[in-house]
Amino acid sequence: MQLTGAEIFLESLKREGVDTLFALPGGVVLKIFDVLHQQKDIRVILTRHEQGAGHMAEGYAKATGKPGVALITSGPGMTNVITALADAYMDSVPMVCFSGQVPSGMIGNDAFQEADNTGLSRPCTKYNFLVKDVNDLAQTIKEAFYIASTGRPGPVLVDIPKDISMDKGEFHYPKSVSIRGYNPTYDGSKWKIKQAADAIMKSKRPILYIGGGVQHSGASAEVKELAEMTHIPVDMTLMALGCFPGNHPLSLGMLGMHGTYAANMAMHYSDLVIAVGARFDDRVTGKVAEFCPTAKIIHIDIDPTSIRKNIHVDIPIVGDCKRVLIELNNILRATVNGNQKERRKPWWDQLSAWQQEHPLAYIQEPEAQIKPQYLIDRLYELTADRDPIVSTDVGQHQMWAAQYFKLQNPQTWLTSGGLGTMGFGFPAAMGAQAAFPNRLVLCIAGDGSIQMNTQELATAVIEKLPVKVFVINNRFHGMVRQWQDLFYEGRYSCSYLDNVPDFVKLAEAYGAAGVRIETVGDVDAGIQEALSIDRPVFIDVPVYQYENCYPMIPAGGSNHEMLLEDPPDLHKPKSTHKTAVQSDSDTVLTA
Amino acid sequence: MEHIISLTLENKFGSLSRVAGLFSGRGFNIESLSVAPTLDPSVSMMTLVTSGDDRIIEQIMKQLNKVIDVIKVVDISESEFVERETALIKVHTRPEDRAEALRIADIFRASVLDSSPTSYTIEVTGDVRKVQAIIHLLQPLGIKELVRTGRIAIGREPTRPAQAQPRPLAKAN
Ligand SMILES: Cc1ncc(C[n+]2csc(CCOP(=O)(O)OP(=O)(O)O)c2C)c(N)n1
Ligand SMILES: [Mg+2]
Repeated sequence: MQLTGAEIFLESLKREGVDTLFALPGGVVLKIFDVLHQQKDIRVILTRHEQGAGHMAEGYAKATGKPGVALITSGPGMTNVITALADAYMDSVPMVCFSGQVPSGMIGNDAFQEADNTGLSRPCTKYNFLVKDVNDLAQTIKEAFYIASTGRPGPVLVDIPKDISMDKGEFHYPKSVSIRGYNPTYDGSKWKIKQAADAIMKSKRPILYIGGGVQHSGASAEVKELAEMTHIPVDMTLMALGCFPGNHPLSLGMLGMHGTYAANMAMHYSDLVIAVGARFDDRVTGKVAEFCPTAKIIHIDIDPTSIRKNIHVDIPIVGDCKRVLIELNNILRATVNGNQKERRKPWWDQLSAWQQEHPLAYIQEPEAQIKPQYLIDRLYELTADRDPIVSTDVGQHQMWAAQYFKLQNPQTWLTSGGLGTMGFGFPAAMGAQAAFPNRLVLCIAGDGSIQMNTQELATAVIEKLPVKVFVINNRFHGMVRQWQDLFYEGRYSCSYLDNVPDFVKLAEAYGAAGVRIETVGDVDAGIQEALSIDRPVFIDVPVYQYENCYPMIPAGGSNHEMLLEDPPDLHKPKSTHKTAVQSDSDTVLTA
Repeated sequence: MEHIISLTLENKFGSLSRVAGLFSGRGFNIESLSVAPTLDPSVSMMTLVTSGDDRIIEQIMKQLNKVIDVIKVVDISESEFVERETALIKVHTRPEDRAEALRIADIFRASVLDSSPTSYTIEVTGDVRKVQAIIHLLQPLGIKELVRTGRIAIGREPTRPAQAQPRPLAKAN
């Protein structure tokens, strides 16, 4: 069958089961958009910025586990989507991005809106392709989806020159692919898995340290079985939240820079760390030389480059987390005998002591300004039974969301971990909502971050994506201010957001709804009101401006040396009444 | 420590820059590099010389394996190997130095590819030490131009069947 490149593109996407495309057109992709206009199988969501399209594709992918798909134009379209590609690469998000390119004959001539798309994206994609012949297009698309979604997932770019979208070629969609240089290892070495099982049986103070790989491989059930069978506590990275129930008695919560006291102490004093799909990121290890000084380390990961990159590993197991854990659990099921709870009692006595010594805590005085933690805590309580999908931006609010929003299920947590991309939350939530129109999708945003992608309000309204965006409004780049408080003697250089817009009016200007929650007494009612609206809603929550996020391991510090509260010599304004500091720069400068 | 890494990779545009980008992006240095197609024209063979401690080399090997265009990676220098490099050296020769230049070439079994009244172009092939040595000896005469191919290496066949062979890392991503 002879089809144009644009038609081959459409047919190939259909074969891949793509139902949603996040897109923004331009000259070199008009032929493709013209074909998209004449079909009904794929929903095309027109975004207002290519970064938005990229993050929406990521949100879609994180919530569904299927690759998210974006289509953008050459030149500036490409440069705009780079942030999302880099974000997806760092967090191993399966994504296929199609970019338009100037006609083949003009490549390299500095043509209008030309950019070296494959060159630009090479360091931030798992792989990329430049299509040079329309007869290669279907095969290339097949390979792109295969690479994006297998092994350690990641973003793949397919660059399509304009003439390729118009040329005619034979359409034949390949059934399978084989790429000789790409053969991920799925099954772990049996011998190593046996060693791991032995180490687990021998250890006195084991800890499970699970990461985003658990989500990608769908290994939540296996992690739970392992933990429950052996009564081993579970630490989660930021990326793993939801992969183990946050309120499970074996959960110690998140570990790392803003992890719980118990989670970090458990790592430091453990004698066996069982890392599953985690990569010993510097936000987790702190000072590498003092990381887990007494522990043996088992590391299960599908990506061999993650193993022994930062930390010495005693038992490396390259393989898919789920498959390896199934093996491991089989061995343990046959070996575990006696009451594991009893056996682990001394360790759990210590863990419980840590938990009680320094639980996550904040003080909310009823008459004072709303504390960010309180808002998130209430939002969690009021929505827990609806199994919401929660996205965040980047900053203090993100860490509080990670601490207080105790998710129950995988694929419900959308956050930018590796790259830490402000502006991620809102479009990511929209992508998830596009995949699940009937689910509750919340975005916990910062007043700084949200301003990086508010243009997508237009998309949310027109595409009927009723996400609920809670803007934790401290009129600050709060996380930056916190570091300035702690390490720069309170000199707030460029962290004060002198003029934040009226988020209620902003939402309304786009045809979305706006709600403002100003007092502690209004919190529950305000949340309920927002949830009852079936349109996108921005909920502006002015909060106490100077709250800092604890525990905190200062960068490069060791894991057992956490700051648990503001140091006594830190001068900052007391929690003020709600007649707050809307734009009171004096307060800020003298703080 | 210096390592000679031999890569089999897809012979298509972009492959080289994926490998090179991996080094530049991580601040690893490539000391020499040589690439050419193999008997199978869709595959190239690359010999790459780099250095680093064991941890860095382990990372480099794993990262190279992860590159999708890379089909096989072997650290040749882990076992017995032979290596060669060719250099073309254009030496400036005053009349009184011409005999000396030829004598040096002769000692190294180098050949003269081109000659002019004031210069010889000498071709030398050998391991890196031999190439260094002739350069060193010719330098006092005045080297006008020097071009080197970069090193290529190949594992030795075992002399006895039991002898260990350099084994490719299992290719895994
Ligand atoms: C795109 C981008 N630019 C800069 C930063 C550095 N940065 C990290 S947190 C932060 C402040 C975020 O402010 P806000 O969204 O209001 O969150 P808050 O910390 O106040 O809760 C900044 C500027 C970043 N992470 N991403
Ligand atoms: Mg803020």
